[in-house]
Amino acid sequence: MICARLRWMAFVSLTLVPPAAASEEIVAGLSQNRVSITADFDGSEILIYGAVKREEAIPKVPLHVIITIEGPSAPTIVRKKARVAGMWINNEAVQIGRAPSFYAVATTGFLHEVLSETENLRHQITIPRAIRAVGISAQAKDAPGFIEALIRVQTEADQYRLAERTVQMNEQTLFRTDVVLPANLTEGPYRVRIFLTRNGAVVDQLERRINVRKEGLERFLFNLSREHSLVYGLLSLIIAVAAGYGASAAFRLMKA
Amino acid sequence: MQLYLPIAEVSVNAFLLLGIGGIVGFLSGLFGVGGGFLITPLLFFIGIPPAIAVATGANQVVASSVSGVLAQLKRKAVDFRMGWVLLAGGLVGSASGVWVFTRLTAAGQIDLFVQLSYVLFLGLVGLIMFWESARTILRTRRPGAPIRRAHTHSWVHGLPFKMKFRASGLYISVLPPLTVGALVGFLAAIMGVGGGFIMVPAMIYLLGMPTKVVIGTSLFQIIFVTAFTTLMHAITSNTVDMMLAVLLILGGVVGAQFGARASGRLKAEQLRILLSLIVISVAGKIALDLLLRPAELYSVMPGVLP
Repeated sequence: MICARLRWMAFVSLTLVPPAAASEEIVAGLSQNRVSITADFDGSEILIYGAVKREEAIPKVPLHVIITIEGPSAPTIVRKKARVAGMWINNEAVQIGRAPSFYAVATTGFLHEVLSETENLRHQITIPRAIRAVGISAQAKDAPGFIEALIRVQTEADQYRLAERTVQMNEQTLFRTDVVLPANLTEGPYRVRIFLTRNGAVVDQLERRINVRKEGLERFLFNLSREHSLVYGLLSLIIAVAAGYGASAAFRLMKA
Repeated sequence: MQLYLPIAEVSVNAFLLLGIGGIVGFLSGLFGVGGGFLITPLLFFIGIPPAIAVATGANQVVASSVSGVLAQLKRKAVDFRMGWVLLAGGLVGSASGVWVFTRLTAAGQIDLFVQLSYVLFLGLVGLIMFWESARTILRTRRPGAPIRRAHTHSWVHGLPFKMKFRASGLYISVLPPLTVGALVGFLAAIMGVGGGFIMVPAMIYLLGMPTKVVIGTSLFQIIFVTAFTTLMHAITSNTVDMMLAVLLILGGVVGAQFGARASGRLKAEQLRILLSLIVISVAGKIALDLLLRPAELYSVMPGVLP
């Protein structure tokens, strides 16, 4: 009852009080909103396109677009090797609260020019902002070094990407960019955010979702390994024994 | 052709996997070993996560051992009684190995432990094998040199719980085979190998078994130990990647045929010296990785610190 009334009140307040109407609004689309990981999955290219809807004339200060794509986040461990007894072994470790498995930022201009630090803090747009690492300074002597290392390692693995000036914008109105999702993709919902900025401030934003999911054989094997691990293990063994027996039988036939 | 591996969650070239399986299969057919000690480091090298490489490597060894033991069975070169005793020890060793493996994975030191095991055991076995075969080759060149006896009585033969192993012509205590079995089972679980390269010298030098039954018996018990290891890894850590295993196995069984044919053209000592060189170089490569400063000191892994 209370819940229903609250929802009703929220509805009334939304309809009666118009939101601080953005004079410029994003209208956008994605070339696909689901990615199927099948056995031959080799990455996927997603086209993100859109337009700016406005009633008035185009303001003089140029408009910029920032697009982020964020894969599912998970707690992450960053380990550092050190020389112990002449060998390089894992020594210090830092627990990162949550780090996205994939994160890409694409912009129309240089990030420090099109986005102010306060807006970045509010919307958590840049790669370091997308990593939630609270209270890590107590875990290691050089805790910020671990965050830098996480970004460096993931950037080299093509999982984190900062692509400045890769969003094309025409006439301050139409924009588009291609984002290549790598082959080593984790399953889950991928959040796409589009920001319009002017003078470093966010004018409007829009959120979309891409569902990345294993399909077919991949789905079947993954589920089997988690839900019926004994059956999965036995099946692996049957395949191995059958292949070994088959090879030896075939060899005998070829010899005969 | 790229292939996405459902458990490892990486995309790799299918022909590369078939090739790795093929090369390792060729060597295993050539030398009569499982080839796990080669396949697991090769999988690390192409970017398969270590835990998956170890568990899937064990699965691949099951296939090559089945193929090998069937060939040995026809020559009646399998001592089943010895095989069962080794296996009893092996299962205990394997279970404890899987347990240590999961604990060390959580502590972040599994890579170190696996690498150290490789360096230590491969290095040792490689050097012994090299020395032995080099001596045999030298001896055949100098026909006048004295010939050493195949096996001598030692403290091993004084232990209790004696048992008759007819196929091997032995009457010894069950304790040494049980211990050897347990040690090899433990290593199999941790290194993703069958352990043939330790089992074979241990059977010849520690248990004094005749060489003709050694390979068959070792392969026979390795089937069960690696099958058990695969199953344990599949259940406790979900790290067996079936798609990866199928490609390695396909390449492996074909490669093994060619290897077995090629082995007929080389002498036993030449084969052993070649194998020892391969074993030593794998150990050396892993040792260098441990000793030299890595290009990237940091590593990233999803998970929660204990």
